[in-house]
Amino acid sequence: MASSSSSVIKDAKVLMVGAGGIGCELLKTLALSGFADIHIIDMDTIEVSNLNRQFLFRQSHVGQSKAKVARDAVLKFRPKINITSYHANVKDPDFNVDFFKQFNVVLNGLDNLDARRHVNRLCLAADVPLVESGTTGFLGQVTVHVKGRTECYECHPKPAPKTYPVCTITSTPSKFVHCIVWAKDLLFTKLFGDKNQDNDLNVRSSDAASSSKNVDDIFEHSKDEDIAQYGKKIFDHVFGYNIELALSNEETWKNRNRPKPIYSKDVLSDELSKQNGNLDNDNACGDGLSVSAMSSLGMKNPQDVWSLRENSRILLEALRLFFTKREKEIGNLCFDKDDQLAVEFVTAAANIRAASFGIPLHSLFEAKGIAGNIVHAVATTNAVIAGLIVIEAIKVLKNDIKSYRMTYCLEHPSRNLLLMPVEPFEPNKSCYVCSESPVLLEINTNHSKLKDVVEKIIKAKLGMSLPLVMNASNLLYEAGDIEEDMVAIYNANLEKVLAELPSPVTNGTMLTVEDFQQELKCNINIKHRGI
Amino acid sequence: MDGDGEELTAQETALYDRQIRVWGADAQRRLSKAHVLVYGMKGTIAEFCKNIVLAGVGSLTLIDDRLVTEEALSVNFLIPPDENVYSGKTIAQLCCDSLKDFNPMVRVFVEKGDLSSFDVEFFGKFDVVVVSCSSRSAKKLANEKCRKASKRVAFYTVECRDSCGEIFVDLQDYKYSKKKLEETIECHLKYPSFEDALSVPWSALHRRMSKLYFAMRVIEKFEEAEGRSAGDVSDADLSSVLKLKKELCTAQSLNESHVPDTLLERLVADTTEFPPVSAVIGGILGQEVIKAISGKGDPIKNFFYFDASDGKGVIEDISDSNTGK
Repeated sequence: MASSSSSVIKDAKVLMVGAGGIGCELLKTLALSGFADIHIIDMDTIEVSNLNRQFLFRQSHVGQSKAKVARDAVLKFRPKINITSYHANVKDPDFNVDFFKQFNVVLNGLDNLDARRHVNRLCLAADVPLVESGTTGFLGQVTVHVKGRTECYECHPKPAPKTYPVCTITSTPSKFVHCIVWAKDLLFTKLFGDKNQDNDLNVRSSDAASSSKNVDDIFEHSKDEDIAQYGKKIFDHVFGYNIELALSNEETWKNRNRPKPIYSKDVLSDELSKQNGNLDNDNACGDGLSVSAMSSLGMKNPQDVWSLRENSRILLEALRLFFTKREKEIGNLCFDKDDQLAVEFVTAAANIRAASFGIPLHSLFEAKGIAGNIVHAVATTNAVIAGLIVIEAIKVLKNDIKSYRMTYCLEHPSRNLLLMPVEPFEPNKSCYVCSESPVLLEINTNHSKLKDVVEKIIKAKLGMSLPLVMNASNLLYEAGDIEEDMVAIYNANLEKVLAELPSPVTNGTMLTVEDFQQELKCNINIKHRGI
Repeated sequence: MDGDGEELTAQETALYDRQIRVWGADAQRRLSKAHVLVYGMKGTIAEFCKNIVLAGVGSLTLIDDRLVTEEALSVNFLIPPDENVYSGKTIAQLCCDSLKDFNPMVRVFVEKGDLSSFDVEFFGKFDVVVVSCSSRSAKKLANEKCRKASKRVAFYTVECRDSCGEIFVDLQDYKYSKKKLEETIECHLKYPSFEDALSVPWSALHRRMSKLYFAMRVIEKFEEAEGRSAGDVSDADLSSVLKLKKELCTAQSLNESHVPDTLLERLVADTTEFPPVSAVIGGILGQEVIKAISGKGDPIKNFFYFDASDGKGVIEDISDSNTGK
């Protein structure tokens, strides 16, 4: 296999999408295997937490383009080959079907569903084989997608990211992750994020509904209000008052453990809370992201699980630091796993809520992983997967269809196999992406607006980025670079309910949607669903 | 290998964040105190070294006194392809320079000498010993010395030829923990030595035994009988190798179909490592060594095979206890 493949390898032009964990390993293995014309796209820059496995990068490269640094590093040990790097998003219009057509095979080392679907479509449109891959911890897989021969990446829907029912988050958390979502999406956003966003922070109770306006004012920090007092007021409101309110809903707690309201005076002695508010000699310097409640309270180990009192001190201190050191950002903050102070605040808030609901507390390290959706990653799995990608790519280049395999890298062997090859599946005949099969949409055409269909269905579910929507020969909507007078018409259409569009969309209508960049066309059969 | 003791530094926690999420802070502390020795720096070992240096072992010691050759350059990405840099230096020195750069928190050393020249005391300084590019008898001897050391030394051999790879594991008397559902359970495995594993009669092995196991033994035997160094075979030797196979199969009462001629042909004709297979084998070996150091997760017992032509990565247990005797 090794020597018999050298000519197809030497002549091949390959596209790599992603220069991260799998990408670094893949670029190295491709170069060692004799590939001489490699193009690599990645929009990311290098971070410290990449360095444990993305071995082409060093501390001194932090902040630079992954694609470019990876290219330079591999050219050091293979100076004579061609590597072209693009510090860009693969979804940029420059990477169109014509761009993809120049390659013999495309190799994915991506970390998100959205980009994977996009590349799948471009490979189908350009008729270029795709080798797709992914890893989590010790698990990984490599799959081959060749138009008309094997299933495409989207022949079977992928599990959507987990979401939680609103009431579980707002009123009845039973797992730590529920407390994290509450702390991150509700409390953090309410205090530091966009004030205009809908927010379910306040417990809905029959008695409280009338006073909801007043309740909102509690979160406003007036200029002359003492920050320590403000912090305690917020604390007592969300962990004390709101829980009392929720408890008054007897029905909720019939079959559940009743939560325990927590007030700041119960967990922090007077002396401590005073100290908290007066700690102005902290070591925080000008750089916003380096401000830390942990360091100003002298706590070092992110692996420690803090007591309720420690969590309360961190919460109040983080709040104080936001309002004293990072005032300007308040109102525009979004939770970011690399923002130390934000992680501290969310960890503490989630833990206090967990304590109230009798859920075990967690360390900052663990909370950060949950809040940031951090994917577990080790170098060895990526190395194995990259090797398997190259083996599959060579089969594709030799057009050795019978040998194509999907391979799973397992943590626990299955019947003695640690690496398990499986024959690829046939294309799914009802796949709307590779088989031009229509999709069925059940929708209330008298209530739903065109905007809902475009945003929630065509973009979010069908994964199109610049769609055009037609009802028979009538254009209803088009995204992208279009004339101004049309923009006004389309914007008006977006706000109309389906049945009231210029060419009405009702039961039995067949909509045609098309994305010119992905060269994907799809028919949507509308079925009206009344309530 | 005591997992307790000092805590990880902030620098370590930041660098190793993603892997600590996989194997835990205690395992990371054990890794940072472990000492690893490798002998024979071909492409697969280069891959392995990269993996464990990134993972953050305490120290790594390299032995390979050879000078750079075309073949070494073609499979080992740790050697800079610049004659001004590599001339006059051994492969181990060159790899050491590259590996140090990968992770400043790992100490990398070079030792000189032939595998047979090191004594029990030397091997006993390490927690893990990995041997490659060596004859069967040299591996056997190194394994015996590791077993005589005052503390347990995890021993591995690894070889890649053409698009095939083999790993052997000897963890002696090994206790470890693993997660089963929500529980952590304690496990115990007993490994045979290299010699004892290879002395298990072929006829006693299960019928679906990886064909690579037999093929590797035939070639090993051939090289030893001819006084060749490991990997020093070519097309010209094929007929002698096939003859030896016949003799061995007869002596061991094994049907010859278990050792296909086509497989031997591949292994003899192309002894150069195939980089994608080196990546796979170097990755699996890295993972096994991390498991053995951390004492977490089911280890391979006691052989692992990968052949790119069928894509299977198979674990085989070849020990007395497994033959029903």
